[in-house]
Amino acid sequence: MTDTTKIAEYAHPERLVTTDWLAEQIAAGATGPGKSIVILESDEDVLLYDTGHIPTARGLDWHQDLNDPVARDYVDSEQLAAVLTARGISRDTTLVIYGDKSNWWAAYALWVLTLFGHEDVRLLDGGRAKWIEEGRELTREVPQAAEASEAYPVVERDDAPIRAFKDDVLAHLGKPLVDVRSPGEFTGELLHMPDYPQEGAMRGGHIPGAKSVPWARAANEDGTFKSRADLEAIYLDEQGLTPTDEVVAYCRIGERSSHTWFVLTHLLGFENVRNYDGSWTEWGNAVRVPIEK
Amino acid sequence: MPTPLDEIAADFRDSAPADRLQLLLEFADDLPDLPERYADAPEKLEQVHECQSPLFLAVEIGEEPSRSAAEQTVSIFFSAPREAPTTRGFAGILHEALNGRTVQDVLATEDQAPMSFGLAEVISPLRMRGMVAMLSRIKRQVRLRTAAE
Repeated sequence: MTDTTKIAEYAHPERLVTTDWLAEQIAAGATGPGKSIVILESDEDVLLYDTGHIPTARGLDWHQDLNDPVARDYVDSEQLAAVLTARGISRDTTLVIYGDKSNWWAAYALWVLTLFGHEDVRLLDGGRAKWIEEGRELTREVPQAAEASEAYPVVERDDAPIRAFKDDVLAHLGKPLVDVRSPGEFTGELLHMPDYPQEGAMRGGHIPGAKSVPWARAANEDGTFKSRADLEAIYLDEQGLTPTDEVVAYCRIGERSSHTWFVLTHLLGFENVRNYDGSWTEWGNAVRVPIEK
Repeated sequence: MPTPLDEIAADFRDSAPADRLQLLLEFADDLPDLPERYADAPEKLEQVHECQSPLFLAVEIGEEPSRSAAEQTVSIFFSAPREAPTTRGFAGILHEALNGRTVQDVLATEDQAPMSFGLAEVISPLRMRGMVAMLSRIKRQVRLRTAAE
């Protein structure tokens, strides 16, 4: 199965692009600030972009650009407009996001941009690792937006359709929940993700009724998404979910579960999936919420 | 007298925010590889769990008979993957500032010195915790090794 035929089988194939397609767009001069396509790199390590990135791409950092500097929340509409304007992005720009770790942080950025209703936002299947593995060009040159470029509008952030808060999850108990953390975190044996002790919690375990499906099961070794049939075997056949279910996904801060949110929503066509970004760092520290071990 | 770490911190603070990232990248690029005696024996390295990317370090104390324990030379070795440039950059700064200094100089380094680089505003305060943790583990190892001798 070629990359293109694999992508054509997903529920929303327009949400994924191949490295071949992206390379063609770059060669045709269609990418970069102010162009119809803007490529964004989102990684765990903010400096990775500066070591070399896909030509014409700009960095978009989850800490610096997408999180509010004070409150535990995402940026507001004015802050987002400034971040996107600086990258030469307008409301109708096609955004292609890629990153390290099987697009884990790229999926998070895509989910945050979806809160603001940016229509055309896609992931590069395989992310940074696949681009490099294929020996494609990297550059340290940072493209600049033209001074006179159009400002991104200040739009309303609409959390309700795809974001769940703690009270929403309490009201959701009894309906499907997907816990995408590692098995040790799910059972409560670990109070933090392996190698991430600073994002720990007072209590271990999981939200009652949650199914354990570690996020990385949706990815192949090379960082690409598994085929639709392979994903259906996991989420539908094995876990018993159906695309009409209301589902809430969570992890520890909502980034790994963004990857699963992307898989369920855009690859498998689930219509009502919310990401609980408070996740275990909120639930496992909250007073008197039910916990299952 | 300003310490080498103070001087590096001043270089960072005197740079424009965007240039601080480039400076950090230079330290990441310049971090020396592990010597073979550690590359072949990862169990001799201590993992700095506070860093989000795998970082390992080892500390050696000189054994110069004519010097007191406080005057012995400290050698520091780091291992961090190329895919984790921020972590490598932190290690590169600490290597440049502390490697080859005396035990008393290393122990006199302010625990919160990494917060004086003006880096928190360009890479986030949360990420700076990794560098604070690296420094505290280096100092702890130096104390342990000098107490044992």
